[in-house]
Amino acid sequence: MAKNKFAMGGFWVIVVMFSLCFILAWYCKDPNQVNLTNKFAPSSAEHWFGTDALGRDLFARILYGGQVSILVGLIATAVSVAIGIVYGSISGFAGGRTDAVMMRIVDTLLAIPFLVLVIVLQATLSDWSGDATRWIVENFKWDKEFTGRLTNIVPLFFALGLLGWLTLSRIVRAQVMSIKEREFVEAAVALGYSKARILFRHVIPNVLGPTVVYSTLTVPGFIMYEAILSFLGLGVESPNSSWGVLIKEGANFLETEVQLLLLPGLFFSLTLFSLNFLGDGLRDALDVKAAKD
Amino acid sequence: MLVLFALYTITFFLAKAMPGEPFTSEKNISAETKANIRKLYGLDKPIWEQYLAYPKNIITEGSFGISTSKGRPVLDIIKQSFPNSLILGLCALGFAIGIGVPIGIFSAVRKNSWIDWACMTVAMVGICIPSFTIGPLLQIYVAAHIPGLKVAGWGNLEDILLPSFTLGLVSAAYLARLTRGGILEVLSQDFVRTARAKGVSPVQVILKHTLRGGLLPAVAYLGPAFAALISGSFIVETIFQVPGMGQHFVNAATTRDEFLLLGLSLFFGFLIVVMNLLADLLTGLLDPRVRHKGGTN
Repeated sequence: MAKNKFAMGGFWVIVVMFSLCFILAWYCKDPNQVNLTNKFAPSSAEHWFGTDALGRDLFARILYGGQVSILVGLIATAVSVAIGIVYGSISGFAGGRTDAVMMRIVDTLLAIPFLVLVIVLQATLSDWSGDATRWIVENFKWDKEFTGRLTNIVPLFFALGLLGWLTLSRIVRAQVMSIKEREFVEAAVALGYSKARILFRHVIPNVLGPTVVYSTLTVPGFIMYEAILSFLGLGVESPNSSWGVLIKEGANFLETEVQLLLLPGLFFSLTLFSLNFLGDGLRDALDVKAAKD
Repeated sequence: MLVLFALYTITFFLAKAMPGEPFTSEKNISAETKANIRKLYGLDKPIWEQYLAYPKNIITEGSFGISTSKGRPVLDIIKQSFPNSLILGLCALGFAIGIGVPIGIFSAVRKNSWIDWACMTVAMVGICIPSFTIGPLLQIYVAAHIPGLKVAGWGNLEDILLPSFTLGLVSAAYLARLTRGGILEVLSQDFVRTARAKGVSPVQVILKHTLRGGLLPAVAYLGPAFAALISGSFIVETIFQVPGMGQHFVNAATTRDEFLLLGLSLFFGFLIVVMNLLADLLTGLLDPRVRHKGGTN
């Protein structure tokens, strides 16, 4: 791993990006501070990247937007890993007809364009979450603004996570099938343990490593889909921001203020680039035998 | 068929689960009018009846329902926008193959040289830079400076150029990587060494002996590539204002237009199935091993 320069480079870029978005952002200006007298300001000591159409500090907005983008990537991955592991291991462990049916379902879903499903699911979930928010604010007296902000981010976690587990479940299944044949499982069977116990205590822990490694490759995918949805106006909405939102806003003022598009785009692409290299490197280093499709 | 059915079921129940009614935006209509409209669209029947009625109408009347936001039959909308999307998609596919495959071959032949390294880095960059960044940049730096190219719009032949290039770029990057991998694998096989030993020229080795096998992964990718093109078309059609299906789909999702959403999803599903079939057939054509295994699915 340490020998792979690209993967290590990717790793360090990610570390920097994380600390920028999650640590430095707290010491930044308020990303939603509107100042109409100072819009489209060029970069200066006060505003490193200048300001946008409403006079908001672009640097702060990029960092805060990064929080949302990265969180969507990570949480959606967590959701899909959870589903993928359960589904894939049941399928692989059960074998036979159950396995065949379960894998047919995965094949079928895989044949449908991901974005089509995500858009439909996202539309439905965001309506639900609007209702849920109202309910929470009324019954639990949560801060209205804070809950309101979650309203349009949380559905994204699930819209992506609930559909992103398909390839993962195949990889888990393949792993489970090979582990199933190993001696220690045979020993567990001989000891008379129940199937559920063998699956959850003996098989799944051994599958976890390779699966997590592979899932690093799905993070950039989710970040990309978040940006696509936000760009189309179906994902994150203001006052929240994400890299997709910033790119979308930047595209409106392209003719005069290219940096509003370029800078968020640069942060976005750099992160994706590094995550891809890191994921590839990890996979090669740990030799995860995965279907590379 | 199974794919289409699954797609229909999922989309249908998700569309039904949306609490927003298609007509909630028009607030000034009386309850009576509302009931009449609901009746007209068949929304007053129980859910399972609606669920069965939709496929029945497709088969018996060839009708995909009526778009609730546009007031026009969905089939009309598809008929009108599909040619635009098809042209865009085919040109994009052309760009993807025309750029991706040669780059892939080139970097496979010069494996581990700086050319290979540069090509693969460019391909990686192509995958990571989203089309919604490249698209606007092309608009401002290319379209605005070259006379004859419009920043956005649809109608003339040259209008296709930029959108399809933007759309094809990501697939081109994937194709380049796949082609490189495929060709490298074939190059390491014995029959290539034999051919070389026979004194076949390096160009001939690539063209006659390697290409056919080496392109297999790329051909197998055509199905997924087409799905990627559909997803990409949502964005590219929005950026360049192409009156295609992608734009309608996005609008249908924002306006909760369930019939349009259903009809378009099914149509996309249908296209994917057809493309996958074509890719399978092409694979069989190129690879005798697949053909002799007996029937493809």
